[in-house]
Amino acid sequence: MSGAGHEDGDWEKHEGYGPRGPDDGAGDSDGDGKGPEPGTAGRAGDGSPRIPLPRSSVEDTGLPLPAPEPPAPAAPLVPLVLEHDVLRSLLGAWALAACAPEETLAVEEHLGECGACADEARRLREAVELLQRPEPLDLDPTLRTRVLESCLDRRPPRIPVPEWAAPYDAETARLDALLQDFGDSEWHAPVRLRWFEDDEQTTRRTTVAGVIAHLLSVDGLVAVALGLDDPVTGGQGTPVAPNPASRTEAYWRASYFPPTRSVRVPWREQSHGIVRHVSFAVGSTSRAGEAERGGGSGKLPISYGDFELPLRDAMLDRAFECWVHAGDIADAVDYPYEPPAPRHLHGMIDLAARMLPEALAARRLAGLAAPNRTTRHLVPAGEPGRSLRLEIEGSGGGEWLISLDSPAALASSAHEVAHVALDGVEFCQLAAGHVSPEEAAAGQDGDREAIRDVLFAAASLSRM
Amino acid sequence: MPKTDTPPRWDRKMQQRLARGEAAALGELYDRFASLVHGLAHRVLADEQAADRITREVFAHVWQHPDAYDPKQGPLRSWVATLTHRLAVQRLRQKETAALVHSDPDSPDAPDNAYAGPTGSPGSMEELERRVRRASVAARADYIVTSMPAPLRAALELAYFQRRDYRQTAADLGVTEAEARRRLRLGLQLLSTAHDTGTPGAPPEHGGAV
Repeated sequence: MSGAGHEDGDWEKHEGYGPRGPDDGAGDSDGDGKGPEPGTAGRAGDGSPRIPLPRSSVEDTGLPLPAPEPPAPAAPLVPLVLEHDVLRSLLGAWALAACAPEETLAVEEHLGECGACADEARRLREAVELLQRPEPLDLDPTLRTRVLESCLDRRPPRIPVPEWAAPYDAETARLDALLQDFGDSEWHAPVRLRWFEDDEQTTRRTTVAGVIAHLLSVDGLVAVALGLDDPVTGGQGTPVAPNPASRTEAYWRASYFPPTRSVRVPWREQSHGIVRHVSFAVGSTSRAGEAERGGGSGKLPISYGDFELPLRDAMLDRAFECWVHAGDIADAVDYPYEPPAPRHLHGMIDLAARMLPEALAARRLAGLAAPNRTTRHLVPAGEPGRSLRLEIEGSGGGEWLISLDSPAALASSAHEVAHVALDGVEFCQLAAGHVSPEEAAAGQDGDREAIRDVLFAAASLSRM
Repeated sequence: MPKTDTPPRWDRKMQQRLARGEAAALGELYDRFASLVHGLAHRVLADEQAADRITREVFAHVWQHPDAYDPKQGPLRSWVATLTHRLAVQRLRQKETAALVHSDPDSPDAPDNAYAGPTGSPGSMEELERRVRRASVAARADYIVTSMPAPLRAALELAYFQRRDYRQTAADLGVTEAEARRRLRLGLQLLSTAHDTGTPGAPPEHGGAV
């Protein structure tokens, strides 16, 4: 944005229909950064008067002429002799103060003689003022939900977006808004992806564009299950690479050059396509057929390679990943980024809490969580077993009972052996592998080993 | 926003999906046009909350009356801009008229602290019309700038914001000097049409600036 112009540039002393009116704050003067330096022009002088003579002007106001300048290395300007067509073609540049001084002079001479050009010149000068625009405001990200909800209240949709897809819809829109004004330097800003593997913090270097490519590749697992093209292979059919990390690596490897901003369009189109297709999976008339395949209630299984999630949970997982990586991107470019809306955050926490018993079992199987044989009680499936109460504070929080000894056991407050309290965002950072289980700020009470196992299991939910 | 579909095709499909009652289409419509709508409304009303309200009204209108848009008459984008402009100017006029009435000392319902409008004293009907016209021209100019052909916008951007002269502009864009002069002049000519519509509150030209 240009600020108020200086009125003391060498060429600004000219009277008349100069490139800038007296109260024109637009553009800048020729004498200040634009066109040849006065000093440079001076060397071309031939001994005639240093100060250009005041000229009669189409807007002659009769004001006193400027006082004679002290000797300065300014050169006389001899108006160029230019043809009418050339002069007319210069009007835009002239209005923007983007001509060489000789040309400016020639145009202004001409404006005194040619009414048509003078009219156009005035119009174009007025147009220049309109270029001064306020900085575009960042849209409040919560406005989207408010606007859409008020629309849907007034006319209920025949094909709604399922409740469980709303977090994904909102988070992808939020991330896209963040990317809106990114230039090349932001797209190529380094980002370190972080997650927990074998109880160790693991990292992988990439860029902002690389993160979007990662989201595109892994969202592709859902896209393919819904019958959309696979972004990794570019065609329809089963995903080439079975799990999120290998899909991402395959996508990154597929091009010799690292990903650029051009990855935004396919990512956004795919995320819009996913939201659209899950809506049809629920709302279409072939409800019976969809229900058979499990699409109708969001039960369609989505394979992540080594595990599966039903569609509705996969959509929550993708919303969670979108938020987490949007946070990585925002950190990389030093932008603020807020947590999701409370009810969306609640759904994400709920998914993690529901996945904990399986994660605990997997860790036990891998020998990472050695159960104390004296305290562990195997109970028949469906019977109440030892449980941990997970209390999540803050908006989107709540309480969950985590079955400790078997995913098949029923969590029960009567069998509560430990209690952990965490802030909602802190818990999500833990589940994203961004905070280590040892460092997570958690209030703890009860069986220390159970607590440790649950915190490590939460971190083990993270992946690339 | 991302565009791979040619606009007319995207516009037509969008209208069909909205008419069918697809909530996902409404989300996509918002994602493509929200910043245009909010920006124009804010330019006219100079108030964040008022711009939020207009944004809500515009999308509600499109959602409730998808058939009001005729793809044959021009792009959806300019139809949405026209609608926004109309609603925002309407709102500005209501607000300022109300301020005029309340600030009239003879008015029975004039409050003690008369509302003075966003830009100073409420003044007369004439002043109101001037204000509406100014807001209207500014909003039209914003729209023209955002929808003019990219080569023209790039040239204006360089000459005005980067303060390049037209020769430097030509070099930056990799075009001849004559072409740079042509683009600057044409860009300003387009922009100057923002002043054209005499009646304040009239929409930007349908079909965009070109």
